[in-house]
Amino acid sequence: MATKIIFDKPKSMKDVPMHYCPGCGHGVVHRLICEAIDELNLREKAIGVAPVGCAVLAYDYWDFDVSEAAHGRAAAVATGIKRVWPDRLVISYQGDGDLASIGMGETIHTANRGENITVIFINNANYGMTGGQMAPTTLVGQKTPTTPMGREPSSTGFPIKMAELIASFPAVRYSVRTTVADFKGVVQTKMAIKKAFELQMKGEGYTFVEILSNCNTNWEMSPVDANRFILETMVQTFPLGTFKDERYV
Amino acid sequence: MNKVLMKGNEAMAEGAIRAGCRYYFGYPITPQNEVPAYFAKRMPEVGGVFVQAESETASINMVYGAAAAGARVMTTTSSPGYSLMQEGVSYLAGSRLPCVLANVQRGGPGLGNIAASQADYFQATKGGGHGDYHLIVLAPASAQEMMDFTMLAFELSDTYRVPALILSDGIVGQMVEPVELRDFVEKIPEKPWALTGARGRKPNVIRSLWLDDEGVPLNNEWLQTTYETIRQKEVRWETFMAEDAEYLVVAYGSTSRTAKSAILLARQEGIKVGLIRPITLWPFPYQILSSLSLQVKGILVCEMSAGQMVEDVALAVDNTPLYFAGELGGRMFTDIKIQDKIHQMVNGGLQQWQPR
Ligand SMILES: Cc1ncc(C[n+]2csc(CCOP(=O)(O)OP(=O)(O)O)c2C)c(N)n1
Ligand code: SF4
Repeated sequence: MATKIIFDKPKSMKDVPMHYCPGCGHGVVHRLICEAIDELNLREKAIGVAPVGCAVLAYDYWDFDVSEAAHGRAAAVATGIKRVWPDRLVISYQGDGDLASIGMGETIHTANRGENITVIFINNANYGMTGGQMAPTTLVGQKTPTTPMGREPSSTGFPIKMAELIASFPAVRYSVRTTVADFKGVVQTKMAIKKAFELQMKGEGYTFVEILSNCNTNWEMSPVDANRFILETMVQTFPLGTFKDERYV
Repeated sequence: MNKVLMKGNEAMAEGAIRAGCRYYFGYPITPQNEVPAYFAKRMPEVGGVFVQAESETASINMVYGAAAAGARVMTTTSSPGYSLMQEGVSYLAGSRLPCVLANVQRGGPGLGNIAASQADYFQATKGGGHGDYHLIVLAPASAQEMMDFTMLAFELSDTYRVPALILSDGIVGQMVEPVELRDFVEKIPEKPWALTGARGRKPNVIRSLWLDDEGVPLNNEWLQTTYETIRQKEVRWETFMAEDAEYLVVAYGSTSRTAKSAILLARQEGIKVGLIRPITLWPFPYQILSSLSLQVKGILVCEMSAGQMVEDVALAVDNTPLYFAGELGGRMFTDIKIQDKIHQMVNGGLQQWQPR
């Protein structure tokens, strides 16, 4: 009997077990990136930048060239790479502590320059790797080790809405927020990533894909409950959608 | 001969271009502002890229990216900016990324002033960032050397995969002198480890993190072995009137120029004094200092700091009396002052330097 393969590992992905906690969104997004690269036939042109955060070992899973970056500096490292290789696909992959706290300066200025790279932003509302501390994206009232009574806006401010903020820069080409908390979200995320890569390869400018993703371990929830929390609660602060999809004239 | 009048800072930038550097990332800070301005104008002429970064933190990490991509790349700054870069410098060293950095030193600590200083010697030669690493540190003393040492820095950095630092100061950066323009470097070494897109090969990874027991110690062993080779092969220094010297002055960078004038003045008075001038501050010329120290009655170290390089000289010298003269944060030496210190050394009127 002939077998028909209907689901397989993307070619751009290494066949190894991941270190991520079971059910974590990082692994899903890694796969979506690899699927998009395969479909666009860009494996030999892709150069990734791995952040400091849970995804620092992304190069253990991605089967293409990757650089580490110091905490928060992925966008600057990606800028350096892209300026040397303008025709390659340069992907900066970052968490919320990395992108919106310590690296906020690099994030904003890279977007404002309209650097022709794609930033994949994993918003899991905390610092996963260091034990779930408050991130700039932590929800009001959310308990973390550094907000034991829940995030209190009077002393810590409010969650930063990155996709909206990024969309406000004229040189930005594309800014969206999606989620990988359910099947529909995974499909939309894949489409957004693929579109961002296509825009970059056409030289259209800076593209930004914010993805709501669970950190079930630090949220102290089951993966199923964590995904439900994203769909029911997190999206109230971080609405899904496209915030910018046009080229400045 | 093709000589033009140039500022030291401009000569450094032109040297980089002639060495094949086509990527420059930097942030304004005095006294090195001529460098980004020069690159901003010159890079488009040679098909290169100039980016004014949003901070020194960004510049050094853009350098990291361009170096990872295999390019010859440079950033320049002055003391406070160099402090801000230190995490990135440690990452560059840990990830074995060749690149050229320059610190045109100014007075510190803190915001300090914009006059010349040599008080970043410890930071440049003993670390600065975290972890066990060294940079190849070259100390130019003229506009010509700003060009020549920058070109050399690119060669050495690529050869060893160790970042190189031009440790200059506000005087050398700002002085205008005739500079002989060097030939453009034609051939830049292949970098098979660089990120270019994994076409027909296994993926390359640029990293300094390993979470297993072995990775970081192995990386450190590689670094230490490389540093040892550099110590064996790349120590550079200059001597001036040292053959028959009974006394020695040790000075680097702009201070070595002032020291030469002072030595000429002292020689006119019949004092047999010479100069040894470290050109590589790391690796430091311990051996030549050690052997020359045996022939002299006293060694005077002059630096525009409270006493930093003098500690390295002390490591090289056993029994010869060692003296120190410093100018603090932004004040310059005069030849008269160094001449005066030489007199005091010869007459026994100077207290010996002691480890403190
Ligand atoms: C300069 C510096 N400061 C702090 C750290 C410690 N650190 C490592 S990961 C991290 C936070 C990561 O959180 P995030 O970016 O949200 O990514 P996640 O782990 O949630 O995917 C921190 C603070 C570091 N490595 N370097
Ligand atoms: S700590 Fe959180 S973000 Fe990190 S792998 Fe686990 S679930 Fe994912």
